Amino acid sequence: MSDVVLETRDLVKHFPLTRGIVFKKQYGAVQAVDGVNLQLRRGETLGIVGESGCGKSTLARLLVGLETPTSGDLFVQGKNMSNVGAEERRRGRRNIQLVMQDPYTSLNPRMTVGDIIGEPFEVHPDVLPKGKRRARVQELLDLVGLNPDHITRYPHQFSGGQRQRIGIARALALNPEIILCDEPVSALDVSIQAQVINLLEKLQKELGLSYIFIAHDLSVVRHIADRVAVMYLGKIIEIGTEDEIYDNPTHPYTQALLSAVPVPDPKLRGHRDQIVLTGDVPSPANPPSGCRFRTRCWKAQDICAEQVPLLEVRDSSGHPSACHFAEVRDVVHASE
Amino acid sequence: MSTDVNVKMEALAGVDPDALPLQVKDLHVEFRTRNGIAHAVNGVSFDLRAGETRAILGESGCGKSVTAQAIMGILDTPPGFITGGEILYRGVDLLKLPESERRKVRANRIAMIFQDALSALNPVFTVGFQLAELFRKHRGMSRQDAKARAVELLDLVKIPAAKQRVNDYPHQFSGGMRQRVMIAMALALDPEVLIADEPTTALDVTVQAQIMALLAELQRERNMGLVLITHDMGVVADVADRISVMYAGRVIEEAGVNDIYASPAHPYTKGLLESIPRLDLKGHELSAIKGLPPMLTNIPPGCAFNPRCGYAQEVCRKDPAPPLYQVSPSRTAACHFWKEVKGDE
Repeated sequence: MSDVVLETRDLVKHFPLTRGIVFKKQYGAVQAVDGVNLQLRRGETLGIVGESGCGKSTLARLLVGLETPTSGDLFVQGKNMSNVGAEERRRGRRNIQLVMQDPYTSLNPRMTVGDIIGEPFEVHPDVLPKGKRRARVQELLDLVGLNPDHITRYPHQFSGGQRQRIGIARALALNPEIILCDEPVSALDVSIQAQVINLLEKLQKELGLSYIFIAHDLSVVRHIADRVAVMYLGKIIEIGTEDEIYDNPTHPYTQALLSAVPVPDPKLRGHRDQIVLTGDVPSPANPPSGCRFRTRCWKAQDICAEQVPLLEVRDSSGHPSACHFAEVRDVVHASE
Repeated sequence: MSTDVNVKMEALAGVDPDALPLQVKDLHVEFRTRNGIAHAVNGVSFDLRAGETRAILGESGCGKSVTAQAIMGILDTPPGFITGGEILYRGVDLLKLPESERRKVRANRIAMIFQDALSALNPVFTVGFQLAELFRKHRGMSRQDAKARAVELLDLVKIPAAKQRVNDYPHQFSGGMRQRVMIAMALALDPEVLIADEPTTALDVTVQAQIMALLAELQRERNMGLVLITHDMGVVADVADRISVMYAGRVIEEAGVNDIYASPAHPYTKGLLESIPRLDLKGHELSAIKGLPPMLTNIPPGCAFNPRCGYAQEVCRKDPAPPLYQVSPSRTAACHFWKEVKGDE
């Protein structure tokens, strides 16, 4: 078996826009995810970054099976999830678990922590016999740095960071190989954020997990990811190792995105090469022709409106980028 | 414009034009709740000069937004009560003014923008109406003139096709555009002080960069004082002149922006700086601050940060809390061991 644990081929998710109640007529579609190819290798962390509305959360839902793709294939450990039986799909889902963004709404307030973390065993009863579940839940609590005696407490008795730990324990319950983190730290304060990031890194080392880490915070992604994919309006526009993306970005959007991140060092004020984009992200229901970024791009030419740029290696930088005019520009000046 | 200024100066007695536009002295705010008294703000002081940007940095629950609400006079009372201190606008203590006088200050001289523009704007009126209302109520303009001014304002904050957009409702704007409308509304009456409470937290980074650039430009043009309330150390490093770091309702460190980032003198500030991942530094270990911020109903005696602090000694666990020590002529820190924390270089 290869070391690719998760792969998508041309994954597409369009949400239809319909008119009428009895005679429904489709007049368009929100192209949330439009032809995404990804590979996740064992033990690595793949970061997915992009602004709101770029389709990163829809992609997350597709990967864990909460949405069915409009077209395209999803392979979990070499098995194509779109043409296996229901039972096998259920088993496949065990291997890929989700940690959600908001630790306040993603935990049922009426369930005890023990019930929340133990719930995956109700859905997949063959994983662990009933008698052993309580001990396993306590073990999980300990693993994520919570007191195992707090098994009978309710979510409201925990702080935001602790709740996120509960969410992580729940995701780990079935011993998955892949954990998908959808903005796991963006709802947390900075001092707590670092605790959760350190926990995720520790767990990865101990359990050999593969992570897909979705976030809008580029600094956090740089810290945790081995490879990074940048999304814009449902498409991946640049993908490469963390160094390639941050030190040698070639797509104008990646460059603008990176240059917009404020760096916590007042000495760099005014010395940064800041690209301020004009306008907003166009609607995914009616994306621009050709390159989807061309309406905000300073490099746009006629060809950008006519031809969709493919995600391919174009120059010496050595990583794929979906821009006709891809070229390296150093926007993050590494300090020290 | 000149007539506007005259109207302003007439309205409030006792204003000393040479005094600072905003001074907060030893402010105390508490919330009387069923679960006890929450001490949200425990003696906050800071000054703001014209044209200066003062960042108030802190995590959720440290009292930074409550401080802003107290300055604006929009604190929910009850449960919130201001129990001590002064808030001076050019020498006039706002806390002693009757509500009718206070209204003349709000939006006129001290204006505020909020984090979530969608819930701060009224969904059932057009943005043009809401902007024009300011001119009608505060300046007594006619509907038509006020509407014309509203268009000018939308133009000022660079909303394309302002003439048409003035008739749109808040939900028809994107997040960044909505924040621009908020800024337009705050600047409508030409205030001397703008309080921005997490103005870009809900926005994407590329839009955040647009909004911060716009704010900086407008601030420079008007020589306006800006109080920027945020938890984002990156934004602060980019725009602030001076910083007050808050923890559990107290200012625990106050300094110029370069001093704080180069050599923090309080363990909490230091911890914060070490716990943020940085775009330009890779592979450095994140040293998280252990533990949690205290409950405001039950702040530990002595220094509120002592249970989480690596420097804490017996003296830190006893009342009174450490005073603000003078670290250098222009900076203070509330830590008994600031010398060790700062390190002497």
